[in-house]
Amino acid sequence: MTASPAVVTGLGVIAANGVGAEEYWEASLAGKNAIGEVSAFDSSSYPIRLAGEARDFTGADHLPSRLTKQTDRATQMSLVATEWALADAGVEPETFRDYDMGVVTSSAAGGYGFGQAELQKLWGQGSEFVSVYQSYAWFYAVNTGQVSIRHGMRGSNSVLVGEQAGGLDAVAHARRNIRNDAATLMVTGGTETTLCPWGWVAHVADSRVSRKSQAHEAYLPFDVEASGHVPGEGGAILITENADTWRARGGGNVYGELAGHASTFDPPPESGRGSTLDRAVLNALADAGVTPDEVDVVFADAAGLPELDAAEARALTKIFGPSGVPVTAPKTMFGRLYGGGGPLDLATALLSIRHDTIPPTTNTQVRAADCASLDLVLGEPRRSEVRTALVIARGYGGFNAATVVRDHPH
Amino acid sequence: MNRRVVITGMGVTAPGGVGTDDYWKLISSGTSATRTISLFNADGYRSRIAAEVDFEPEFHGLTPLQIRRLDRGGQFALVCLREAIADSGIEIDEALAARTGVSIGSAIGASTSLDQEYSVVSDSGRDWLVGHTDVVPQLFEYMVPVRFASDIAWEAGAEGPATVISTGCTSGLDAVGYAFELIREGSADVMLAGATDAPITPITVACFDAIRATSPRNDDPEHASRPFDFDRDGFVLGEGAAVFVLETLESARRRGAHIYAEVSGFAGRSNAYHMTGLKPDGREMAEAIDAAMRQARVNAEDIDYINAHGSSTKQNDRHETAAFKRSLGDVAYHRPVSSLKSMLGHSLGAIGSIELAGCALAIEHDAVPPTANLETRDPECDLDYVPLTARDQPVNTVLSVGSGFGGFQSAVVLNSYRGEAA
Amino acid sequence: MAEMTFEELRTMMREAAGEGDDVDLGGDIARTPFGELEFDSLALMEMAARIKQEHGVEVPDDDLPELKTPQMMLDYVNAQPAVR
Repeated sequence: MTASPAVVTGLGVIAANGVGAEEYWEASLAGKNAIGEVSAFDSSSYPIRLAGEARDFTGADHLPSRLTKQTDRATQMSLVATEWALADAGVEPETFRDYDMGVVTSSAAGGYGFGQAELQKLWGQGSEFVSVYQSYAWFYAVNTGQVSIRHGMRGSNSVLVGEQAGGLDAVAHARRNIRNDAATLMVTGGTETTLCPWGWVAHVADSRVSRKSQAHEAYLPFDVEASGHVPGEGGAILITENADTWRARGGGNVYGELAGHASTFDPPPESGRGSTLDRAVLNALADAGVTPDEVDVVFADAAGLPELDAAEARALTKIFGPSGVPVTAPKTMFGRLYGGGGPLDLATALLSIRHDTIPPTTNTQVRAADCASLDLVLGEPRRSEVRTALVIARGYGGFNAATVVRDHPH
Repeated sequence: MNRRVVITGMGVTAPGGVGTDDYWKLISSGTSATRTISLFNADGYRSRIAAEVDFEPEFHGLTPLQIRRLDRGGQFALVCLREAIADSGIEIDEALAARTGVSIGSAIGASTSLDQEYSVVSDSGRDWLVGHTDVVPQLFEYMVPVRFASDIAWEAGAEGPATVISTGCTSGLDAVGYAFELIREGSADVMLAGATDAPITPITVACFDAIRATSPRNDDPEHASRPFDFDRDGFVLGEGAAVFVLETLESARRRGAHIYAEVSGFAGRSNAYHMTGLKPDGREMAEAIDAAMRQARVNAEDIDYINAHGSSTKQNDRHETAAFKRSLGDVAYHRPVSSLKSMLGHSLGAIGSIELAGCALAIEHDAVPPTANLETRDPECDLDYVPLTARDQPVNTVLSVGSGFGGFQSAVVLNSYRGEAA
Repeated sequence: MAEMTFEELRTMMREAAGEGDDVDLGGDIARTPFGELEFDSLALMEMAARIKQEHGVEVPDDDLPELKTPQMMLDYVNAQPAVR
């Protein structure tokens, strides 16, 4: 076990409003809504048409065709974001011992678009038309697998599926591996895309997705008109390292520490006992050795559904007091990213620590009464000293995860 | 904090053996459960055999709504969970709820349900822009198979950390390993851990046909899964699940629970070589074995039984034989090694947990289950694989390994609990 | 009976497996061993599947490893009676 903290030294980001961490951060500060009608396929016949689509990302622009042939877009995003994150961290994997590097990602749907193409061939043409790549292009472990191969990372590798909460749990597991001395460097996070017709109809079936057709009306967390969320694609890859070994290799770029984490699961809806989100938050704070008044910003889960918004507002108000901490949800600009959502919120939290600026929540205008006690950063970014940030994520069915990140003294 | 972790309850749903008693009867008798696929019409496929569970969900207490809504894999897991909780005698009251988590492995989630739904909404592959009006309401739950964990949590009353672990064919070991780590570090006191997969469906059979990974011994299904045998020609797809109640040794002793075994070591490594291929040297599997043994504080000589991945492919069986020799040295030649896949087929993410249940039962019964169908020696696989017949012997320390697409290599060490203090 | 052309084979190679970082399938590759073109056993299986689908020619599993270069594969295919 090491007492050395796990620090984040590199970021790779892909989202509808920015491809690359810098572009993403600038776009977040500009507060522009990047949600629009899906262009990846013709969505005109479906009751939902809006998505946070990363139109500026094309895997083939960054990867050899050997890889694009055998991977889904989600995996291509992981591969490219990992390269960017490694470059950002100044890490050349060949200089590390292979067993000291690991990969832990979260995925909610795996390589779903690739899977649709193969299912289409199976059912439309016959089983012999299914390609050799189907055996490993769709399953949830694919992103971890392909990243580990591309960079020769032979250490502790894993994959967590927890829908939107899984990403925070994956990053926490990366931290666990570093603290257990199972690794000195972990590639972690997640990238997701379900922007294919087959993924789309799963969203159509999901009552949590907004049916509104106007981009600025669909995803309004904490608003009286909240009617659900908008699916997005993208995510973030974070390079996390043992702070001692990072310093020993010359230090350099560092965004902050993964200071604390906890996850809980809600009792069944019919129990009437209420969500355990507050316990996840309190346990995460305790794990970080941080009191509520030391938290400078909360990146909310922001489900965008009245009951879930109220539950989140209730938990935050109980722990931080009314308007006790700035709360924001930049995901209003690019949608919910499932396996990629938590990691991107973490990346955003770390960027807000670096820049002492909190990016805004967009779209939300008229607060729901039971969410009025939140100090929501609306429309415009807020300049503020940010040393400690809390990120919250809730996954379909009752998964709650909370992660605390903080400035790393250097 | 490095608390000790023990298994106090188990539930198994395996081909030929639903419930741990029937499961042990099957594997200890060396009986193969592989047969011609009956779950769908597999005419025209290259491999038409599988190890199927004769599963009657109503018989196991699932409600009509659960049967309609849950993927087959989710149903397996729920049935296993009930058996495990009853077996362990644990009571998860409100106080314990916050300290009870869930860690369920699965390689390909609700693939069977997704496959079936796709054929409907695409009008048998005619429509790329699939229809939305006839989608089942739970389609999102099939795409994102978190219900494998949430149904377990609801059923058990667990409110601690919960997740699905999906690392391909090592999911069954890795989910238990994850649970083990959470209890060790104090994030949970009880973990309901295990794995499930119900992959016997056209898309999965087709994808393994495409890479020639499965056995085409269709005229002799019972003998098709033949790990380490000279005439092996691929794995036989299987299905099933196993779920464990893991808790701290202290908690188990306090409530006088029956302890099957202690989970004393876990490690995962990756070969970072190829998504499906294996190098013959078994280097990274050996590294995982070494790390798990170090954590368990056991030497090669302490191992009584090696539970192999033994999938029955040419490359795997050769690869892991090399790994055993690399890790255990000469001791590898003097310990029994067997593959339960010879009887159960390969249920992808589930098999690691199903095999761990077999290991715990081996400790319980002091007997090593055999490798079925092992008739002709392969010079490249020259260890003692316990051909055909189980062997009665003291079994106190077991090493179980797994290997899977994506390069994952995992190892778990179980040892019997001899009554010493926590 | 129409034969398969080398350019058809090259196109099929690109579709079946693409090019690695250091591989250029556009050059004079007829006699380059598949291994040097980073065509592993999976890529060759994919080629065999496409050859069957598009040209009606079966390449049995046992024969596939013997076809060590693109030219050998092309010659094999065109030697079969059922080429289309």
